[in-house]
Amino acid sequence: MDEARISRHGSRARLWLAGGWLLIALLAAIFAPLVAPQDPLAQDLMLERLPPFWLDGAEPGYWLGTDSLGRDLLSRLIFGARIAFIVAFAAALAACLVGSTLGLIAGYFGGWADRIISRIVDVWMAFPPVLFAILLVAVLGTGLSSVIIAIAVIDWTRFCRVIRAETMGQSRMDYVENARIAGYGRIGIMLREVLPNVVPSIVALLSLEMGIAVIVEAILSFVNLSISTDDPTWGGIIAEGRLSIHQAWWVLVFPLVTLILTVLSFSQFGEGLRARFDPVLR
Amino acid sequence: MNALAKPCLDIRSLSAVLPNGLRVLRSVSLAVEPGEVRALVGESGAGKTMIGKAVLGVLPSSVRIVEGDMLLEGEDLGKLQAKARRTLIGARTALIPQDPLTALNPSRRIGPQMTDRLVRILGWSGEKADARIRQLLDEVQIREPERVLKCYPHELSGGMRQRVLIAAAFAAEPRLIVADEPTTALDVTVQKQILRLIAQLQREHGTAILFVTHDLGVVAKISQKVSVLYAGKVVEEAETAALFAAPQHPYTRALMAATPRYTDPFASLKPVDEAVLAGLASEIAAADQAWRRPHG
Ligand SMILES: Nc1ncnc2c1ncn2[C@@H]1O[C@H](COP(=O)(O)OP(=O)(O)OP(=O)(O)O)[C@@H](O)[C@H]1O
Ligand SMILES: [Mg+2]
Repeated sequence: MDEARISRHGSRARLWLAGGWLLIALLAAIFAPLVAPQDPLAQDLMLERLPPFWLDGAEPGYWLGTDSLGRDLLSRLIFGARIAFIVAFAAALAACLVGSTLGLIAGYFGGWADRIISRIVDVWMAFPPVLFAILLVAVLGTGLSSVIIAIAVIDWTRFCRVIRAETMGQSRMDYVENARIAGYGRIGIMLREVLPNVVPSIVALLSLEMGIAVIVEAILSFVNLSISTDDPTWGGIIAEGRLSIHQAWWVLVFPLVTLILTVLSFSQFGEGLRARFDPVLR
Repeated sequence: MNALAKPCLDIRSLSAVLPNGLRVLRSVSLAVEPGEVRALVGESGAGKTMIGKAVLGVLPSSVRIVEGDMLLEGEDLGKLQAKARRTLIGARTALIPQDPLTALNPSRRIGPQMTDRLVRILGWSGEKADARIRQLLDEVQIREPERVLKCYPHELSGGMRQRVLIAAAFAAEPRLIVADEPTTALDVTVQKQILRLIAQLQREHGTAILFVTHDLGVVAKISQKVSVLYAGKVVEEAETAALFAAPQHPYTRALMAATPRYTDPFASLKPVDEAVLAGLASEIAAADQAWRRPHG
């Protein structure tokens, strides 16, 4: 009982901390032009490599310092959040929609539907994901939409596998058989009886996938395959920061911390939500 | 009983096989009259659950019916289109399951879960269904219907869940209820109450019940007739009183001898006799031999 209470408190704290960070980042992304202290693209050679505010030589208004072209780091991170969130939501939702639908069908109907879908998933997962992504973007061309498509095309299998297994477990439960006896149709049972029981997992996976999409986007922009080089992206800033690590460590460290916090928050938020959604765990 | 009335359930020479050719049901014949409680006894693996599932149309996909007919109030289930069969089974039958936890949807509250079927399948209005459910909850002696209707299944005790399922089974006034060991998963102290409840609702509603159990004590209390099942074959069928007074088949006698009595719980706890089992084995083999000839 006590242990349950502690873990419930733990999960609530997790939910709030992670949700808090995500909310701040999301608001900053939406209102970027209003909250960013500087123009993220404005270069000023007089201001290059300013340190963050607590070090000697910092300038007011450039809280996290500037990069080697004199651009304000905080403003670039805020504008980078826009792209990170757009990719996270769009790619994760697309992957979730495709993967969960196929997983539900495979798990519930079994038989040849399951055999075909499982086969496709196996073949799909044989490709190394990062290589797959780079290949896809190379084919589709760089740009926001190809990054989103690439992530969705690669990661729907993650949803499909988990949701298929969960659906299978649920479909064997007596309540499904009871619904059959009562006279419900197959598709009605799948959507009304089984689906609500796998929703907590879908939500957790969705949040986790948003974090993964943020990482993949960062990797792609790190290798310069993402968006046009003008728009600031977290991966792009990290790539630049790496080059000036000895002169200006902050250009590498702050985007890394932002990235890690965001990815962790997405996964923790998902877990917290699962616990919230699941009537048995609640 | 009126000889002209159609049986509520009429199973005629039903055989079902597994993919490996093994027969799980061996020409089972069994008729349940309207309002009658028919007990189905036999040891674990005898095929009791299979018969229930066959009637309710939810046999596992690996089990295939190869012979026989099932008539529900005179309607031949085998001759109906799948959709019509579902509708008929849905309207005329219900199940009281063995495990009341997994038989309820964990993510839905009790109330909507119970009314849903009346509204969506039988086309009742929401208010009518609601009133009906409340009446049934009262009949199964649930004292705080408001609270229970708002609960999720895991928030109720096992006994409460089974009460809810009994109420749900009787709610649509089915003609036949299949009760598959409805007390086995419950606490011993609750078992008697639940059994009494089923018997009481059965009497008041006049519903026929196919009552699956391996407990002869329960058979004696609740049923009017008994079918004794061994390895998918009905080895004896009789009025309950007659069966207990003078069991005909050696297996039935062995089963009775193996049931502990309260007066002398240990003395009578004998395993089923070797000779009886050998006799059964040859009986089953002979039946299979006879069956294989016409069925190739
Ligand atoms: N899904 C299945 N697929 C194939 N065979 C099965 C399946 N379920 C049960 N069987 C087999 O069918 C036979 C009858 O099983 P059934 O569940 O009807 O027994 P039972 O009399 O209900 O036993 P119990 O008292 O243990 O519930 C058993 O031999 C069993 O191994
Ligand atoms: Mg059984």
